[in-house]
Amino acid sequence: MHIVTAGLNHKTAPIQIREGLAISNGDLSDALASLKTLPAVEETMLLSTCNRVELYAVAKDVDAAIKELRQFLMQRNPASAPEQLTQHLYFLSDDDAVRHLFRVASSLDSMVMGEPQILGQFKDAMEAAVSQGCTGVVLNKVLKKAISVAKRVRTDTPIGEQAVSVSYAAVELAKKFFQNLADHSVMLVGAGEMGELAGRHLVNHGVTRVMVTTRNFQRAVAFAKQFKGTPIPFETFKQEMLGADIVICSTGSPHAIITTQDMLKVVRARQNRPLCIIDIAVPRDVEDDVRDIDGVYLFNIDDLQQIVAVNMEERQKAAMTAEIIVQEEVVTMMAWMKTLETVPTIIALKKRGEEIRQGELEKVLARLPGLSGPEREIVEGLASSIVNKLLHRPLVTLKEEAANANGTMYVDATRRLFSLDEDSTTDR
Amino acid sequence: MYFFGAGLFVTSLAVRTDVLSSLAVGMTAFGFVLHSAVLHTLLFGTGHVALSSLFDVMVFFSWGLILTFLIVEYANRIPVLGSFVLPLAVLALIVAATVRQDLQVLEPVLSNIWLHVVMTVSGTIAFALAFVASIMYLLQERLLKSRRFIPMYYKLPPLDFLDNLNGKSILLGFPLLTLGIVAGAVWANFASGSYWNWDPKQISTALTWLFYLIVVLGRVMVGWRAKHAAYLTIIGFGGVLVTFANVG
Repeated sequence: MHIVTAGLNHKTAPIQIREGLAISNGDLSDALASLKTLPAVEETMLLSTCNRVELYAVAKDVDAAIKELRQFLMQRNPASAPEQLTQHLYFLSDDDAVRHLFRVASSLDSMVMGEPQILGQFKDAMEAAVSQGCTGVVLNKVLKKAISVAKRVRTDTPIGEQAVSVSYAAVELAKKFFQNLADHSVMLVGAGEMGELAGRHLVNHGVTRVMVTTRNFQRAVAFAKQFKGTPIPFETFKQEMLGADIVICSTGSPHAIITTQDMLKVVRARQNRPLCIIDIAVPRDVEDDVRDIDGVYLFNIDDLQQIVAVNMEERQKAAMTAEIIVQEEVVTMMAWMKTLETVPTIIALKKRGEEIRQGELEKVLARLPGLSGPEREIVEGLASSIVNKLLHRPLVTLKEEAANANGTMYVDATRRLFSLDEDSTTDR
Repeated sequence: MYFFGAGLFVTSLAVRTDVLSSLAVGMTAFGFVLHSAVLHTLLFGTGHVALSSLFDVMVFFSWGLILTFLIVEYANRIPVLGSFVLPLAVLALIVAATVRQDLQVLEPVLSNIWLHVVMTVSGTIAFALAFVASIMYLLQERLLKSRRFIPMYYKLPPLDFLDNLNGKSILLGFPLLTLGIVAGAVWANFASGSYWNWDPKQISTALTWLFYLIVVLGRVMVGWRAKHAAYLTIIGFGGVLVTFANVG
C-alpha cells in the first residue's frame, strides 16, 4: 500500500491557475464520486482551499495512481492547456506524501504559517470524503494522525500564539495594558480599514464599550452599529477621550488631528489612568510629542510592524520545532504502513500451514481406518501442533521485523521459503 | 535550591520560551518543601523561644514570601513574578546566614513576642510583594513608553494587573502592620514598662506606618495609582528595610 499526494498550492501555482481548479462545496461530492471510480485509486480525499487543491490517495501502484490523478486534475480544468497545468502540479508518494499531508494539516505549508483555519478546512474535507465512503482503513488512519499531529504542533510549539497582522498586533498591545479587555472601552477615531479591523479584533477579545467618531456623523452612526457602539460627534471626541482606555486612530486626515495640547487637557482629567493610543493612520493622526506626556502611550504603524516582525521570527523558530515533530510522526506512520505489507504474507503463511495439515491428515487417516475416537484426536493434535510450532517463530519474526528497514526482505524471504507466490489461490 | 531557581528565573527574563521559568517554578516549590521542614525545626525543635531572633525572622520572612509567590503564581500563572521575588527571598536568607550566631534567650514572660513578629512579618511580606509589583510596573511602563519589544516585554504581565497587585498588597499589608505595631507596643509595655520609648526602631516604624497610611488613603480617596503609586510603594519599602536594619 502506498500513500500518494497530487495537487498544487500557492507556492507552485498563481491565483489564475488555482481558481480554475478550485472545487466549491457544491461540486465536492461530484468530484469525490468521480475520484472514487478511478481503478488504481483505492481510497481518496480531496482538499480544496483558496491556497491549494490537493488529492490524497491510497494505491497499490504509485505510477498508475499518479497518472489517473493527473488525468483527473486535467479534466477538472479544461480552460488551461494540459502542459501548462502540469508545470504547477506536484506528485508525492510514501513518506514524502505523508509528510506533506501532516505539514498541510499543521499549517506549516500555509501562506501565513501557523494560521488556524487550515485544520478546520482539513477536517471538513475529511468528513466529506468519509461520508461518501471514499476512505478506508489506511487513509482514515493517516488522516486522523494528521489531525493529531496538527494539534500536537499547536500545543507543543508557540507557532500560532503571537499576532502576525498589524491589526491583531494592536490587540496584543492593548493586552499589555489591560488584563481584562471587557472592563475597558475603546474609541475608534476615523473609519479606516485598519482601524475597523483592529476594532473588530478588540471586540472579539471582549471589549464591550466602543465609541466611534468620524468627521461625517452619519458615517459614525452607521459604523458604530457594526460594533454595537456609541457614535460620538467629531467636535467633542477629545472630551470623550476621558472615558476611553484605548484609542485607535485611522483617519485619512493629511495632518495631525490630536495635538499635545489636546492630550495634556485629557490626561489631567484622567487621574493617572494610563491611555493607550494606537495611531495606524498614514499620515499620522497624532502629534509625535504626545508620547512624552506622562500616562499616555503612543504607538504608530511602525511600532506595530515591529511587533509583527518580532513575532514572525518567533514563528519561524517554532516552525523548526514543528518540523521535527512532523518528522517523528512520519516515521511512526511509515512504520505502521510497513506492517500492512506483512499482513497478506502472514495470512498466506497461515493458510499454507492449514492446507498442509489438512492434506496430510486426510492421507494418514485414509490409511488408518480402524482408529478409535480418542486415537483419532491424538493424530489430529499431532498434526496441528507440528504445524503451529513450526510456523510460530516465522510469524512472530515477521510481525516484529515488519516495521524495520529490512522488513520487506523478511517478507520476500518468507514468500520464497514457503513458496507462497506459486500457488495463485493462496496469494493475497 | 532557591539560589538555582532565582538564577533560572533571571535567565528566563531574557528568552521568550517558557521552559526555563516552568523549571524554575518547580525548583522553587521543591525548595519550599525543604524550607518548610527547616522552619518547622527552627520553631519547635531548638528549645529557644520561637521567632525571637533576627535569624528566625528572616527565615520566616523568606518562607512567607515564597509561599505568597507560589500562591499568586498558581492563581494567575505569572512565573515572571519569581524573577523578582526569588532574589529578594534569597537576599533575606543571606542576611539570615550572616546573623546566624546571635540567638538571644528571652525570659519566658516575654515569649508572647511571636504575635507581634507574625503580624509585622506578614505585613512586610505584603509590602515586599507590592514593592516587587511596583518594580515590574515601572519596568513594563518604561518598555511600553520606549516601545522596546524585548523578551521581558512579553513576559511581564499587563500594567493594570501589576497596579492592582500593588494596591491590594498594600491594602492587605497595612492592617497587618498596624496590628503588629499594636502587639509590639503591648509587648514593649511588658518588657520595659512603657508602650513607647523613643528608640530609633520605634520612630522609623512609626514613620513607615504613617507613610503607608498616606499611600493607602491616597489610593482609596484621591486615586493615586499607576506610576506614582509604584514610586510611593518603592519608597515605603525602603522605610521598611531601614526599620528592619534598626531591629537587627
